[in-house]
Amino acid sequence: MQHFSKLSFFIRKVAFLLAFLGISGFSFANEEKEFNVSEMIMHHIKDAHEWHLFGPEHGGTSIYLPIILLDGGIKTFSSSHFYHGTPVSIENKESGSSVHYVKGVGPAEGYAMYHEEIYKLDKAGMLQFEGEHPHNAQPMDFSITKNVMSLLMGAFLVLIIMFTVAKFYRKNGAVAPKGLAKFFEPIIVMVRDDIAKANINEHKYHKYVPYLLTIFFFIWFNNMLGLIPFLPGGANLTGNITVTLFLAVCTLLVTLFSGNKNYWGHIFWMPGVPVPMKFFMMPIEIIGIFTKPFALMIRLFANITAGHIIVLALISIIFVNKNIAWAGLSVPMALFISILEVLVAFLQGFLFAMLSALFIGAAVEEAHH
Amino acid sequence: MTGMFGSIAAIGAGLAVLGAGLGIGRIGGSAVEGIARNPEASGKIQTAMIIAAALIEGVALFGVVVGLLGAKA
Repeated sequence: MQHFSKLSFFIRKVAFLLAFLGISGFSFANEEKEFNVSEMIMHHIKDAHEWHLFGPEHGGTSIYLPIILLDGGIKTFSSSHFYHGTPVSIENKESGSSVHYVKGVGPAEGYAMYHEEIYKLDKAGMLQFEGEHPHNAQPMDFSITKNVMSLLMGAFLVLIIMFTVAKFYRKNGAVAPKGLAKFFEPIIVMVRDDIAKANINEHKYHKYVPYLLTIFFFIWFNNMLGLIPFLPGGANLTGNITVTLFLAVCTLLVTLFSGNKNYWGHIFWMPGVPVPMKFFMMPIEIIGIFTKPFALMIRLFANITAGHIIVLALISIIFVNKNIAWAGLSVPMALFISILEVLVAFLQGFLFAMLSALFIGAAVEEAHH
Repeated sequence: MTGMFGSIAAIGAGLAVLGAGLGIGRIGGSAVEGIARNPEASGKIQTAMIIAAALIEGVALFGVVVGLLGAKA
């Protein structure tokens, strides 16, 4: 089973286009045993302990990211001790399928990696599988994975750009902007006016503009980075449910801490309805507090993940049919979806900020009846 | 058996997409109609349209995620 990195996809895409002009009917059926589309896609939308640059997955060039384990003390080592570890393959006699994992070597001795998860080996030096899931103990994994690395780079990019923009205004005052500031001013003004001012009370929206700007630019930049198939991008950060969970929890906390008497009154003792109804409304409203950020979490996660899956699936058309001619169909379709994803990247950042502003606006609204 | 689960999950995802398509289609149609009647209100109509579409899409994506989980099981 051979996996391809996004970069090698990109290179192949270009190579195919070139090849398409000259040679047709080029077949590479002998190159791989069997191409499993869903396995390849799942591998690509998941987090990894390495950052693949180019070449085949085994034997290609990768950046090995540090592994940090908390397992009776902190253990740090390079992930190459897993990727260049001892491969193990266990045959399941009942179903006839086999599972593959790697045992760590050197400082990674005593651990094994299975589908990018790190497990402790048992006394026999094995992983015990139940179906496809090992039930060995897992150490606490605080590794700088591909997603963590991508998050740090995305946050750094936002910081640099925003500080550059802020510096321009500090130096020149409120003049017609130039350079980076010229590009970002309309977007920042859009977040302030169309997102914050439109949804939050006139007199209170100022306090929430920095939060909404942060949320919007963080999501937008990381969505865009996720669309780049090679090094500065390539991680599926905003399509990781843990990341979107944290963003949604931030919105939940901001909403809860800015909720006024009127907001809590509407949740616990809905005004204007009969008393028995108030008792029914209370649990529904309490659940409502949590379903709103939950929907935010799922929306961002599913949109971005779905985008990555579609692009990978379209590229896979070539590999499934094992014929270069399919690139003529697959590459334009993947290009179309990729361009659509540029729009989606912006729209999802906008929506997350917009709905956050809507929830905050509802929490700070004054009674008007 | 896993193949069977996969196909049922695919039907579920398809149904979720069907519902979302109907909903978003209605919103888009009504919004265009509204803008045609009153072009000056297009900004407000667009904002309301995007929010409503996002809410529908959120529910549809729940369906898709459940389908994805079903396909994995």
